[in-house]
Amino acid sequence: MDKKMIPLTHLSQNKKARIIGLDGGHGFQRKLRVMGIRENQIVTIVSRQPFRGPLTVTVGGCQMTMGRGMANKILVEEI
Amino acid sequence: MKKIVLMGNPNVGKSVVFSRLTGANVIASNYPGTTVDFSKGKMRVDGKHVEIIDAPGTYSLEPSNKAEEVAAKMLKEADVVINVVDTTNLERNLYLTLELLEQNIPVIIALNIWDEAKHLGIHIDEKQLEKLLEVPVVPTVALTGEGIKVLVSKIKKARSNDKIQPTSDEGRWIEIGSIIKKVENVEHRHHTIRDRISDLTIRPITGLPIAIGIIFLAFWVVRFIGENLIGYVFEPIFEELYRPVITELSNILGDGFIHNLLIGTYGVEIDFVESMGMLTTGLFVPIGMVLPYIIAFYFMLSILEDTGYMPRLATLVDNIFHKLGMHGHGIIPMFLGLGCNVPGALSTRTLETRKQRFISATLLAIAVPCMAQTAMVFGILGPYGIYYIGLVFLTLATLYIVMGLILNKFIKGESPEIFLEIPSYRRPSVKAVLKKTWMRVRWFLKEAIPFLFIGVLIINILYSVGFLQWLGTVLAPVMEGMFGLPGEASISLAIGFLRKDLAVGMLLPLGMSGLQLIIAATMLTIYFPCVATFAVLVKELGVKDMIKSTAIMIATAVIVGFILRVILLGV
Repeated sequence: MDKKMIPLTHLSQNKKARIIGLDGGHGFQRKLRVMGIRENQIVTIVSRQPFRGPLTVTVGGCQMTMGRGMANKILVEEI
Repeated sequence: MKKIVLMGNPNVGKSVVFSRLTGANVIASNYPGTTVDFSKGKMRVDGKHVEIIDAPGTYSLEPSNKAEEVAAKMLKEADVVINVVDTTNLERNLYLTLELLEQNIPVIIALNIWDEAKHLGIHIDEKQLEKLLEVPVVPTVALTGEGIKVLVSKIKKARSNDKIQPTSDEGRWIEIGSIIKKVENVEHRHHTIRDRISDLTIRPITGLPIAIGIIFLAFWVVRFIGENLIGYVFEPIFEELYRPVITELSNILGDGFIHNLLIGTYGVEIDFVESMGMLTTGLFVPIGMVLPYIIAFYFMLSILEDTGYMPRLATLVDNIFHKLGMHGHGIIPMFLGLGCNVPGALSTRTLETRKQRFISATLLAIAVPCMAQTAMVFGILGPYGIYYIGLVFLTLATLYIVMGLILNKFIKGESPEIFLEIPSYRRPSVKAVLKKTWMRVRWFLKEAIPFLFIGVLIINILYSVGFLQWLGTVLAPVMEGMFGLPGEASISLAIGFLRKDLAVGMLLPLGMSGLQLIIAATMLTIYFPCVATFAVLVKELGVKDMIKSTAIMIATAVIVGFILRVILLGV
C-alpha cells in the first residue's frame, strides 16, 4: 500500500493508474467529476502533444483532452 | 405542452435526434445576450405543433461555462425534457439525468447509440432502468431512425419523479453506482479498428500528417462543390433570369447618380463582377460568388464535426493556438476564413473568452486571405513564379504567429486551457449534416447579408461622390515614400474596402515589378478586412474592440509594408 502518488502528467504512456485525488478549487473539481474524472477511476494516457501541449486520457470508457495545468492537479497512483 | 427541450451531454447524438424529430422548419438562433447558439424547430405531438429546442450539450445543471448556463436556463422554460443519453457511456450520462429528475419537470429518456452499445458488448436492461427511474426509457438509434417513433409516441407519458430529491455530488454518484449495478452488464471488449484509427489520429506523429491530409481533402471538396454550385446553379440564375430584369431597370432609370449607385456606369454592358452597382456587383458578389463557397464550407465543417474529428484536430493544434492566446478550436475561424472571412468571423464565437475571440478575429482579418484573394494573388504573381507567391503566404503565416504571440501578451483577459471530450468516431447522418448546413446558411444570410448590403452601400456612395479617389490621392505620397509603390496603388487600396480581390486586380495596370507587387498584395491583405467581414466583426466584437482591432490591422500593414520594402527594394 506504499504506492507513490504522482500527478497525472508524470504517468508513462503505457501504464494504468488509479485516481487518488483532485486538487484545485471546488468549481474545477466539479467540472472534472461530472466528466467522469473522479476518485478510484482508472486512467490511461492515450497521447501527449509535444512541447508541453495537452494530454489525451481515457477514463471510464471516455477520452478527453486537457491542458497540462489541469492534468497536474489530478493525482494518481500507478497500478 | 408547448415546449420540448432536448438535454444531454455533448456528443451523444442530440442534434441527430433533433433532426429526426423536426421538419424543414429549423433555425439556428443566438441566445439573447450571449454568444451561445442553439437550434429550434417544430414537431407534431398528437397532431399538435410543438416547439422543440436543442439545448447546448451540458454535463451538469451546475454550469461551468456560458453554453451550460444557457442549457440550464432553457430547462426552466421546458414543459417536457427529452434527455438524450449515450448508452455506451451510461454512468457518466446518468449524472445529468439525476439532476434533471431532481427538478419538477416531466422527463423522457432516449437511450441513444443503442446499436453501438450492443456492438461493444454493453448490455443495458432498459425495462429495469425505467422501473428504477420511474420515467419512460426508449432505446434509440438516431442515425438510422430506430426507436424515434416510439420516442415520439411516449412523449406524452413523460413524467417527473418525486422520489428523487436534490442531493450532493457524492449522493448522486452513489445512486448512479447502484443503478449501474442493476442495469448494466459489460462484456470484455477488444481494441477495435476504430479505436486504433482514433489513436492514430490523435497521436502527434501520425495525427499531424493525417490532419494535413484531411484539411487538403476538405479544401478540395469545398472547391469542387463551390465551383459546381456557381457554374451550374448561381451563374445561370444571374445570367438567365436576373440580367434581363436589371437591363430593363437600367433603361428605365437612365443616366444619373441613382443609376451609378444601383447599377454602375450607364451605357456600358453590365458586368456583374465589375460594374460596382448595388444591384449588380453588390448583389452578385455575396450571393453569386461567396454564398456557394459558404454552403460548401459549412457542409464540410458539419461533416467534420459529426464524424467526431474536430476535437482531435483541436487537440493536435492546441499547442500552437494556445501560445497565440486561443486554444485548439481557434483553427475553425481560420479554416472557414480561408474560404471566406465572413463565416470565419461568425465562428469566432465558438471560442470561450473575450480575449480569445478578439485575437482570433484580429488575426483572421490580418493574416487569413479568403479564396477570392488567394486566387488573385496567384493571378498577379503567377507570372513571376512560385517563389513570389510563396513569399506572400509565408509573410502572412509568419504574421499570424508573430501577431498572435504579441496579442497574447498584451491583450488582457483569460485564455483557459483546453478541456474537451474526444467522442468515438461516428458515421455522420446525411440528414443531420444537410440540416445543419441549411441552418447555418440560413443564419449566415440573416446575420451577414443585411450588414454586407449596408456596407456596400456606404462604400458605393463614398466612391460615387469621389471620396475614395480623393483619399487615394492624399495617400499617394505615402505610397511612394514609405512603401516604394506607385502613387496610384493607393486608389486600389481604397477600393480594397469594398472588394479585396478586385483591388488586387487593379494593381496590374500600374506596371509594378514583381517585388512591388508582393508588397502591395501583402499590404492589401493585411490592412483591412473586406466590408462584409468588417460589418460582421463590428457586430461580434462590439464597436470599441473593433476600433482597437482596426488600429492594430492598419499599424501592422504599415509596419509590414515598410519592412518588406526595406528587405525587397532596399532603402
